Amino acid sequence: MTAYLLKRLAIALATLLLASMVVFAVLEILPGDPARLMLGMNASADQVELLRNQMGLNAPLAWRYLHWAGGLLSLDFGRSYTYSVPVIDLVRERLAVSLPLALIALALSTIIAIPVGLFSASRRGRAGDTISMGAAQLGVAVPNFWFALMLIYVFAVWLRLVPAGGFPGWSAGIGPALKSLLLPAVALALPQAAILARVTRSALIEVLNEDYIRTARAKGLPYRTVLWRHALRNAMIPVLTILGLQFAFLLAGTIIIENVFYLPGLGRLVFQAITQRDLIVVESVVMLLVAAVIAVNLLVDLSYAVVDPRLRSRQ
Amino acid sequence: MKLWKTILAAAMLSLAASTSAFAARTDLVIGIPLEPPHLDPTAGAAAAIDEVLYANVFEGLTRIGPNGEVLPDLAESWTISDDGKVYTFKLHTGVKFHDSTDFNADDVKFSLDRARADNSVNAQKGLFAAIDKVDVVDPATVKVTLKNPQGSFLYNMGWGDAVIVAPESAETNKEKPIGTGPFKFQSWAKGSSITLVKSDTYWGTPASLDKAEFRIVPDAAAAVPALLSGDIQAFPFFDPDSVAQVKDDPRFKVVIGSTEGETILSINNKKPPFDKLQVRQAISYALDRKAIIDGASAGLGQPIGSHMSPANKDYVDLTGRYPHDVAKAKELLKEAGLEKGFKATLKLPPPGYARLGGEIIASQLRDVGIDLEIIPVEWAQWLDQVFTKKDYDLTIVSHTEPNDIDIYSRKDYYFNYDNPAFDKVIADLGVTSDEAKRKELLGQAQKILADDAVVGFLYELPKVGVWDAKLQGLWENAPIQANDLTKVKWSD
Repeated sequence: MTAYLLKRLAIALATLLLASMVVFAVLEILPGDPARLMLGMNASADQVELLRNQMGLNAPLAWRYLHWAGGLLSLDFGRSYTYSVPVIDLVRERLAVSLPLALIALALSTIIAIPVGLFSASRRGRAGDTISMGAAQLGVAVPNFWFALMLIYVFAVWLRLVPAGGFPGWSAGIGPALKSLLLPAVALALPQAAILARVTRSALIEVLNEDYIRTARAKGLPYRTVLWRHALRNAMIPVLTILGLQFAFLLAGTIIIENVFYLPGLGRLVFQAITQRDLIVVESVVMLLVAAVIAVNLLVDLSYAVVDPRLRSRQ
Repeated sequence: MKLWKTILAAAMLSLAASTSAFAARTDLVIGIPLEPPHLDPTAGAAAAIDEVLYANVFEGLTRIGPNGEVLPDLAESWTISDDGKVYTFKLHTGVKFHDSTDFNADDVKFSLDRARADNSVNAQKGLFAAIDKVDVVDPATVKVTLKNPQGSFLYNMGWGDAVIVAPESAETNKEKPIGTGPFKFQSWAKGSSITLVKSDTYWGTPASLDKAEFRIVPDAAAAVPALLSGDIQAFPFFDPDSVAQVKDDPRFKVVIGSTEGETILSINNKKPPFDKLQVRQAISYALDRKAIIDGASAGLGQPIGSHMSPANKDYVDLTGRYPHDVAKAKELLKEAGLEKGFKATLKLPPPGYARLGGEIIASQLRDVGIDLEIIPVEWAQWLDQVFTKKDYDLTIVSHTEPNDIDIYSRKDYYFNYDNPAFDKVIADLGVTSDEAKRKELLGQAQKILADDAVVGFLYELPKVGVWDAKLQGLWENAPIQANDLTKVKWSD
């Protein structure tokens, strides 16, 4: 187990190093000058050059990479060109929105998807299965910004239960803050739940065809026990994989939903930073996300070992 | 039964209380599409900075009024020497910055000297180029000496980039802006909103609003439900395409005004075949402005025939110079030896006017034999490739700076246009302050640009504002990009 862990950690570190080089190189190639963007169309070339010097953009490429990567090692993520505040402060503010939002959405999607998947798999081919999988198909197909707008019109404009968008901040109290995250979480969770339900169903169906399930049924165990104790547990590995991927997506890939609800999340920070060529913010946030994805994957790998004892003993 | 009556009475009372509280409302939430990168108007070109802070938090010697006129601001009056080179400003006294430090002539000198210094990163440094020196006469008097007379000097001092800042706070204005205006900065929740509150120490007429929050709503589709739910009460810059959804709703006012945004099909004048006058004229004849305005701007926006806003007092109507005429366009191309047509590229930045307008223009030019390849670009790419490197054939952009006809005389500007006769007019204009003479020169300048068909002049970007019908005092037009809240109030 220790060897297994060490190997995974080494791979994780190598991935981080490689990612830092790729991220840095890609953003350097991207056309566009942050100084010109800040100064606009009326500034002279000399002025742009002056600002480039002030921003440290004229230093050699290798030096800038080492400076940045070295900073990352000591957890110094640099200063935003446009906002001129430490990147870590920006990220912390945005995570206060994105992390709870991702967790709520993930919880919602799991709570909906697992029972639906179980239900469908156990009624395979029957009317209940057809209806719930049809609904799941719809959930995957409906564009989430459209679904989000429908939610806004019903719950914010018509019923006036929640605000149409925006985030009052946690300082406004847990109630108002959670209220403003509710609709976006639902909008995010539904398509994810639809995918997860389908994966759960197919994984379960595969497991239900296994010999040991027949054996369990043959020795007289009730169907419910077989389904929950034997089948679901063995079907968890693909489900956990999908959950891990979904979490990474929900953390930063939710720019469309953040825009519709004008939430100050991580996705919008990255998007804004790209359009303003706030390279240091993009680089550092992308690295943080890479680290988060690697960490989540590591956790998922470890959780395989928890659900599947064979993986534990094999190492 | 009695209990019910009591409850009913209480409910009525609280309802009455809440409606009267509503009538006396003094807070406002305004939706803006883009977040300012920082909050210092003297250190960035982003219009969003001025849209929050101009006139509200920061003030200049002069200011630009709702219809583009120059008004006194921190300078209560001024005198101009006979040779037009020395401006003596008499300042208001008893003015305080929001951090309680005093405002006086030293702050004016500091601000102007800082903006024009060698290491200045003021995005509009050109505004200060004519200044030779700034002298403090006494705490309430400043003398500005120019290198040469400049007709637009008082106007220039009214720009957001020329606001007066204090030496104590200049370096931290990006995060915590300290000005002299009727509102002071309270907080900035990044990515979300910026909140201003009324300043109790304001020297002039105090604001009616106690609190104004600028909320960032990047998605036009989200603006409509935000208005309908009452979360946001005003969108001074609304998406023209969404107007249909609210225009028949009596709760809202839709106000269509003018801007200083000349939307043009920019042409690379040095790149063959666009270096030929006939080719550029053919493009002008091929354009059907009405169809472009209908398609790209929901029918809102006035056609232009040169680089000047129809709302400007010096505007000359030249839209008849090149009427939509496909046959004439083909004839001109034939004269230029291009009867078989040619291929070119059209680079389009992100705004709707460019992306939507580009497709319409591509189809109009195809009718005369010009085959355009559309290349969408982001702003950063546009500034880099088109504006800085001049690597383009055609592009669409709105030039939103006020009174910016001089850009055509700038050396090395991205149009690659070079006409000594035009440069002469602009040079004369620079040293003329007589109104009648300026009008004549500006008329000449507009005519030369139209004759040379330097670019395809399309239309003036409209300012589409939508706000609560009970809200008064927001600007109808946008002579500069600002949301002046000093006179905004709720009616009963």
